[in-house]
This record gives sequence, C-alpha cells and structure tokens, in this order.
Amino acid sequence: MCLSIPVRIIEIEGDTARVSAGGTVFTAGLQLVQDAKPGDYVLLHAGFAIQKITDEEASEILSLLDEMEDPDKKQE
Amino acid sequence: MKFIDGYRDRDLTDRLARQIRKAAAGTYTFMEVCGGHTAAIRRFGIHSLLPEGIRLISGPGCPVCVTGKGFVDRLSVYAGLKDVIITLYGDLMRIPGSGGRSLEKARAEGADVRIVFSSLDALSTARNNPGKKVIFAGIGFETTAPGTAAALQIAYRENISNFMVISAHKIMPPAMEAILKEGTRLNGFICPGHVAAITGSGIFDFIPRNYGIGCVVSGFEPADILLSVLMLISQVNANQPSTEIQYNRVVTEKGNLVAKEVMNEVFESCDTEWRGLGLIGGSGLIIRKKYERHDAESVIQVKVVESPDDGHCICGDILRGLREPSDCGLFGKACNPGEPVGACMVSEEGTCHTWHKYRLSDG
Amino acid sequence: MDRFVTLNHGSGGRQTNDLIRELFARNFAMDMPLTDSAIVTFGGKKVAFTTDSYVIDPIFFPGGDIGKLAVCGTVNDLAVSGAIPGYISASFIIEEGFPIDELSRIAESMAREAVNAGVRIVTGDTKVVGKGKCDRIFINTAGTGVLLREGLDVSTASAVKPGDRLIVNGSLGNHSIAVLGSRNNLSFTTPVLSDCASLNHLTTKLLSECNGIRFMRDLTRGGLAGVLNELSSMCRRGIIIEETTLPVDEPVRGACEMLGFDPLYLANEGKLIVVVEENEVLKVLDILRSDPLGRNAAVIGEIAAVEKGKVILTTVTGGKRIVDMPEGVQLPRIC
Repeated sequence: MCLSIPVRIIEIEGDTARVSAGGTVFTAGLQLVQDAKPGDYVLLHAGFAIQKITDEEASEILSLLDEMEDPDKKQE
Repeated sequence: MKFIDGYRDRDLTDRLARQIRKAAAGTYTFMEVCGGHTAAIRRFGIHSLLPEGIRLISGPGCPVCVTGKGFVDRLSVYAGLKDVIITLYGDLMRIPGSGGRSLEKARAEGADVRIVFSSLDALSTARNNPGKKVIFAGIGFETTAPGTAAALQIAYRENISNFMVISAHKIMPPAMEAILKEGTRLNGFICPGHVAAITGSGIFDFIPRNYGIGCVVSGFEPADILLSVLMLISQVNANQPSTEIQYNRVVTEKGNLVAKEVMNEVFESCDTEWRGLGLIGGSGLIIRKKYERHDAESVIQVKVVESPDDGHCICGDILRGLREPSDCGLFGKACNPGEPVGACMVSEEGTCHTWHKYRLSDG
Repeated sequence: MDRFVTLNHGSGGRQTNDLIRELFARNFAMDMPLTDSAIVTFGGKKVAFTTDSYVIDPIFFPGGDIGKLAVCGTVNDLAVSGAIPGYISASFIIEEGFPIDELSRIAESMAREAVNAGVRIVTGDTKVVGKGKCDRIFINTAGTGVLLREGLDVSTASAVKPGDRLIVNGSLGNHSIAVLGSRNNLSFTTPVLSDCASLNHLTTKLLSECNGIRFMRDLTRGGLAGVLNELSSMCRRGIIIEETTLPVDEPVRGACEMLGFDPLYLANEGKLIVVVEENEVLKVLDILRSDPLGRNAAVIGEIAAVEKGKVILTTVTGGKRIVDMPEGVQLPRIC
C-alpha cells in the first residue's frame, strides 16, 4: 500500500509546508520529519512528509547495471 | 518529474529486464506484500517484461482490502447517527461491509461522509464544524499510522474535543509471518518500501533468519521493482536469503525515528482480524488510554451487527500461493466483486477479483 | 442493477451505460448504438439532435464556468456527430437565493461562447426551486445542427478498420484537475486550466478537408478510457495505445501521481478523439496543430486486427496492460 511520491518543498510555515508535484501544490505536515528545508525533496504520503530523499536520479542503478553488463562485453 | 521519470526510463528498464532473463534459471515465486507494488506492477505491465518462470503474486498488503467488514459496518452505524461527519480516505469509500453495504451507499442514503486527503484535513473539518462529531477512519499500515497519530496529538494538545478516530491501523510483519507459518511456496518477498521508510528494513530480518526466505525492500517505480526482482533472483540462486534494501534513497535499516516515536506514543498493539486471514496476534494498532477521549469506540458506543460469511473463504491459501480461486466454493457465487467475502476479491488488484473480471469474461 | 442511484451512475462509466441501456433505452425503444447525438430526418434533411445537463461544483472554475460548459458541451456533441451546430436551447434550474449578478455572469459567458461557436441560443426555460432543493444552479442545453454531408457517419464506428490511427487533439485530464483543485477540499492548488472549448470549427475543418475520418467522439466524463472502450465494442476490434505518446501536462501528472488518478480516466471538456485511415494521418495532424485547440495533437495508437478485442496500453516500459471501462468516479487514494 502507501501511495507516496517525491515532492519538492517550496516554503515552510511552522509545521506546514507547501510542496510541488510537477507544479501542482499540496500541503504537507512536517510533524514526522526533522530538519526539512525549502528545496528539499520529501516523500509525501496522505498529507505528511514521511522521509527525506537522498539520491541522484537512478544513478546508482545505472552504475550497478554497467558493472553487471561489463563482463558481457569482455566475452564478446 | 524528479525522482520519478529517471526510474521509468525505457533504456534502464530494458537493461534490467535483460539482466533478469540472463540470471533466471528455473522458476521463482515472489510475493509483493504491498498493494502499491501490486498497482505499479499492473500499471506498468511488469508481468509482461518478465520471463515465464518468474511469478509475482500479490500478498495481503492493501489495508482496506484486509480490513474486516465489521469495521465498515461500525462506520456505517456511526454515519447514521445525528450530527456525525465521517471523514475517510477515498480507498475506503467502496469497500463493502455486511450485505455489500459500503460508505458510498450510506452517503447516497443521506449520511455525511467526506473524503479527505489527510488526517489533518479531517482535523480541519472538526475545527470548522464545532457542533458536529467528526470521526476519522484510521486505516493503513506503518506508513499511514504516524499521520493519524500526529493528528491525534494535535487534537489532544489543542483540545479539539469533537475530533475522533476509529482505528483499523495494522502492522505488516505479523501478517507476513502468518502467511509463512502455514507453509508457502514463496521464494522471496518484495517488501513494502514506504512501510520501511518509517519502520526501517530491520523489521523484515526475522524472515530470512527464521524462514530462510529473502526480502528486498523495494521502491515503486518500474526500475525499482525490476531491480528488486533481480536482487531476489540472485539471493535464490546463491541460496543466501537476507534482507536487502533496493529503495535506498528513502529506506534505512532503522527508519524514521521521529515518526516511530509519534506512532508509539499514540498507539499500542492489539490482536486484529484480517479479511481472509482471520485473527492475527499483535497485528493491529489501538489508541492508548491517554487519548481515549478522541477514540470514537470508547466515546460513542454503538451496537454493530455483522452478518456471518456463508461458507469457507480460502483467501488465506490463495494469498499463500497454495491454491487458486477456482478451488474455492464461494468464488463467483457467494463471493463476487459486488459482494466480496475475502480480501482477494475486495481488492481490484486481488487474485480473485482479477480472475473474476478477465477469465470469466473471456469464457 | 443496484437498488438505489449512486454517484457512480452519473460517472460516464459502466454503471451509467447500464442505467441507460437497461432502463432508459429499453423503455424509450431507442436505436442502438447510442451516440452523442441522434440523427433524425426533417423534411428530407438529416439533422443531429442532442441534449445534456450541467451540474458542476464550483460553478466558476479556472478556464470556464457552468454556462460556457453548457454551450461547449452541446456544441461538441453535435460537432463530433458530423453536424454544423445551429440552434441551442438553455434551461435553468436555480436555487432560491442565488445571486442575480452570478446569474448574469453565467448568461454573459454563454452568450460569448455561442458567438464563438457560431450558434444561436433561441429558446429556454427558467425554474426556481426552494433552498437546498438543488445545488445553486443546474443548466440543461439541447441543440440541433444539420449534417455536414448527406450520409456522413462518424459516430457509429461502422467504417472503422484495423490499421486506422487514433489521434487526440491535446493534453488529457485538465478539466478534472482544474475543477478538483478549485474545489479546495483535497487541499491542493494547481495552475491547470479547464480545457472547456467548442470544437465545432475544428471538426468542420477536419471533415471538409479529409475523407478518411471514420470516427470522432469528444472525451468527456469517462475520459479517454471510456470512449476507447465504447469504440472497441462498437467496432468489435481491439485498440492499442502507447503511453509515451499520450499528451499529459506536468501539473496534471503531478496531481495524478499523488492522488492515485489515471489521466486516461479523467474528464475533459475540449478534447476529441479522431479515428482516421493511415494515409490521412499527417493531414489531420496538420489541421489540428495549426489550430490553438489542437496544438498538442498526437497520434496515440491504432485499431488492432484482433476481433472483439480489448483496449491495450503499451506502458512507458514497454509492458502491456488492459485499459478497462471506468468503474464509477475516480476517488483519491492513499494506497
């Protein structure tokens, strides 16, 4: 279960943030995360930020694949 | 969109699918426990990308589907009371209770039932309607329960006395263990990434340790799911079951400590009924005594008469991957999408629902 | 059938169809298949005739209002039937206490849209009901128009053939998301505007300049999924669409990802699907893209060779899934 997507924090007022999902703006409760700042990406679930996101767009999967595919190339 | 599009890249998913075909030797059955995974697998057509030997089956992970019909019946009774507003997530609206009666039907008959996006919206509804009792239907696993808890803490602190919660919150590990205990043909679990974002991946450690079955905590984009399948295949091939995190951009071993603390401050565990699986010890969350004045079940006592199911639902065995819907005497008769008995028929993604929809119409 | 009417009976999906087929069409002995407009003969001339009622909350929304919607909707039902819309009626059911200045804004908006579309509002009716007996204002419009050519049939899908292409004139779901956003109870705001527009100039141009158009339909309540499923059962063929070709604006995507909606099922009020034979695809695209109402037009799929098929979507990852008939209104979900 648990529909949750990455959104960007636009601004914060008290315990509430305005967050953007592709330009559509939702309200997010910040009661469940620490140290969230404008510009951060957080997972939004049922109106709450539930976790901060740390990553470079799929780069880890890409490098993993490169590693896996490399032995192939050597065989060829 | 950032953190979404990159994981839907066709080149990336093609490469992952190629690696899966290369790694797969024989047959594998993996269960995704989370309804969100089931929905994503269907939405992106993941099945059609996998070689034939890999079977993905859906577990008990849709919180509304596994919610006993007694909970819907109770909400219906509350909805019928004077000066009560029921607030709920859209997911719950069409879930049938006894005799197929849903909250949607209660609304059609005049009850004040409102869909909210968040427990905080339910709290605002209570603030804006001081003359009414606003009851929020708390459903969901560890991902959702902290939000309900946060709303209860605010209501308690600000003394919003007309805000109440009825909790059907559940936790995941006991249900997974219930599936494993009675024997299974599973080779691995695709574990719920958003549950683990809160709890940490540690909650799954008992599964490889005690049952020898691998767990990969997975994200919800196609590349996430494919990589998780690949990781599970490697575990099976190497015969080294363990808990691994694929979804490491949000999941850690320990999880979200703040959210866990909020959840534990408000809720304590209890035994609870799962549609199709029966009573599972320690799998539910009830509101602690401190918050009793916001607990709808203790503030407004009502009598709820739940109609008994006719016959024996084999949902549990279907969820365990042991039997097929056609083995069930209720399938397509007493149990159908309009009046489902078990979770597998309630969920649009459930095995029985899908069988009923596609196999029957295809003759 | 259910014992009571629920909101799902008005969603434009399976339940709506059941109600129409099993209750209305049977009692009224109507001809099948049911299309957006009826084609009737008057003094030897083929005339398209249609009606629609408009209930929307809020009545003023980004990109339009209930009045504009009431004109566009009826104009579009005639237009996609291959008719040139001519005359329109307008009936109002108004709740006691409704502000006159809002009513006059609605009337002005209707007048403006009628001029836009080149139709005349020639008759109507006004009823006022007590407080709470209706939600502010309901409007019904009916309209007639003469068929562009004798024997033109772009509604029943009788000429649709395997290999024909599907073209949509622009982004999906804007109307739904704009209206939901302005309703304010799901706590989101969006820059998206409703696509509410009269499509008759576009359809007239398409039908006058192209001979290979086999089917047209505006995409309203049941969204693209609803129309494609109806088309598939009318022409008894499968349909294949490509997810990567579907035009969806970014804020609509964002809202859909968060609320668990599928843009295929969202309502539009200024979108149509055109089924055209393969060699006229570029011509249709040219005509559409040279018009502001078709700037984001795209080829989204084709009619498959399989008989009695389903609507199949090839997903972004190359996977396949079935696109079902909508079951009731989409509800926001958390799981």
